[in-house]
Amino acid sequence: MTAEKAQAYPIGPELAQKIDHVLDAHDHDATQIVGVLLDVQDLIAEQYVPESVAFYVAQKLPIKVSIIYDCLTFYAALSDKPRAKFPIQICRSVVCKVNDSDSLLERLEKILNIGVGDVTYDGRFTIEEVPCFGACDIAPAVRINGKVYGHLNTDESVKELLAQFI
Amino acid sequence: MTQEVRFITKNFGKYDPMSIDSYLSIGGFEALKRAVEMDGEDIASVIADAKVKGRGGAAYDMGRKWSQARAVKGDHKLNICNADEGEPCTFKDRELIKNDPFNLIEGMIIGGYTVKAQDGYIYMREEYRHLRPLLLNAIKQCEERGFLGHNILGKGFDYHIHLYSGAGAYVCGEGTALIRSIEGKAGRPRMKPPFIKVSGAFALPTCVNNVESFSIVPHLLMDDEHEYTSYGSGESIGTKLVSVAGNVRNPGVFEVPFGTPVRDIIYDLAKGINGGYGLRLIQFGGASGKITDKRILDVPYTYDDLKAAGVTVGSGAILVIDERTSVLDFLRMTQDFFSHESCGQCTPCREGNRHAKIILKKIADGVATEDDIKTLKKIGSIMTLASLCGLGETAQCATLSAMEIFPETFAVGGAK
Ligand SMILES: Cc1cc2nc3c(=O)[nH]c(=O)nc-3n(C[C@H](O)[C@H](O)[C@H](O)COP(=O)(O)O)c2cc1C
Ligand code: SF4
Ligand code: FES
Repeated sequence: MTAEKAQAYPIGPELAQKIDHVLDAHDHDATQIVGVLLDVQDLIAEQYVPESVAFYVAQKLPIKVSIIYDCLTFYAALSDKPRAKFPIQICRSVVCKVNDSDSLLERLEKILNIGVGDVTYDGRFTIEEVPCFGACDIAPAVRINGKVYGHLNTDESVKELLAQFI
Repeated sequence: MTQEVRFITKNFGKYDPMSIDSYLSIGGFEALKRAVEMDGEDIASVIADAKVKGRGGAAYDMGRKWSQARAVKGDHKLNICNADEGEPCTFKDRELIKNDPFNLIEGMIIGGYTVKAQDGYIYMREEYRHLRPLLLNAIKQCEERGFLGHNILGKGFDYHIHLYSGAGAYVCGEGTALIRSIEGKAGRPRMKPPFIKVSGAFALPTCVNNVESFSIVPHLLMDDEHEYTSYGSGESIGTKLVSVAGNVRNPGVFEVPFGTPVRDIIYDLAKGINGGYGLRLIQFGGASGKITDKRILDVPYTYDDLKAAGVTVGSGAILVIDERTSVLDFLRMTQDFFSHESCGQCTPCREGNRHAKIILKKIADGVATEDDIKTLKKIGSIMTLASLCGLGETAQCATLSAMEIFPETFAVGGAK
């Protein structure tokens, strides 16, 4: 079943090779599926795990595709839907909130002209609300593809941040 | 003026965290060399004598845990370092990993030797992925130098460390959920028993400890001057890393001796409240912790004194909120966190969080009735008693403690 599906949704040889590298780096160990999926997700420009890729990983590892989808839907850091090249994860937990993450969110929405969950027309940015990621000492903070940026209290600091990705 | 102490953090800034040679030059692995000349039971006793309590939140007697884990029979045993650090306002383990990764690894090896584990796992939250290269490098260099792997220090003892990543789920800090995640599954907690120490990851006997707990061990074994036990008193001996944040001028991680007055931590180390606002409330131990007000300021920071004052040490977080945020708004932010993080597997937690959120909104909208408040209280106590895991058990701690300290918030007919 998995093999048939994997054939029905082929992925390009280049991506397949990169995924093979990820699997090698994780010793083809099915217990490392969460780490595998995180690394695979990084290979996809839109920062998600497409169905074709899920089936490819399932067949190669091998592991049941249902386990892959259980993980994709359970873990917030994994997505089975396209996101953006640079998903901006804004912390909405208490320390950032009391350091005015509301204004930060407003600034992001205004500058990018999108709301939470939307993607900019060029596929570059999306805004995601996430819980505390342990950067409370530099609140209010965001994370973009794993990197943390803090003290975002002014228009200038937000513009400066976004400029790095253009 | 309160001073920070440097016991657990004494290596910070003293060596290059990417270099084992640099670590060796400041006396790295001397504690391991000492440990392998000792009986595991004696190592557990050193920890028990210093009354070290686990630093992940539950404050379980660590020497006892290691001694019990050691006693469990099994040809293949494991230990796990819990680096999930998901409690909001908690970021002390981040500093330990960032500044002193080799000491953490050394602590884990000593732990492995003590409880007779052959494999160790570090489960680190995805949010700390920028620290992965640091740990992977430390593990690799330790393998190259024979501190990890086969026949460590020629003592016929084998031990390996594997680094696993979480993926954005707070509940995975709970032991059984963490284990399921390491097994390559979704991290939903399971019922106990069987207990982790008997049947943990891959159904093998497993001993789980927090990053800070492991990090204390090498320093304690080398503490010939008995510096550690010179701090604190009673059941609260030694030092603790606290992470202070919120509306303070100097948020950060500080190592304080047990017994330091809360006021000194907040006003000396964290430099007091930003912008000269008044203090509204303080939450101890992260989102799952209880809250109180300024009456706590002159209480010494110890397990017993905090408990007597109605709060707990928990993860070591101290969240300071000023008067610009109302108690109710604070509770709603905390509730949002738990509503989002509940795995939804058991009814008390799934439904309780849902309804608590609704009632808090009703209070905010000024339409809550006396019955609503009673229901909120009941939900809190049922969740504490009947939830499957610690997440549901503690999700209403903030609200329940607020009912004691800030009853006016729950006076129906529009409370602010
Ligand atoms: C929902 C939940 C989340 C937890 N998160 C963490 C965590 O991030 N880090 C941690 O060390 N312990 C966490 N704990 C506590 C652990 O279950 C466990 O008690 C601890 O890792 C044991 O180590 P210790 O004895 O050294 O404290 C959590 C518990 C619960 C119920
Ligand atoms: S208490 Fe909450 S988080 Fe824990 S198992 Fe039940 S639903 Fe899941
Ligand atoms: S509350 Fe925002 S990073 Fe911790």
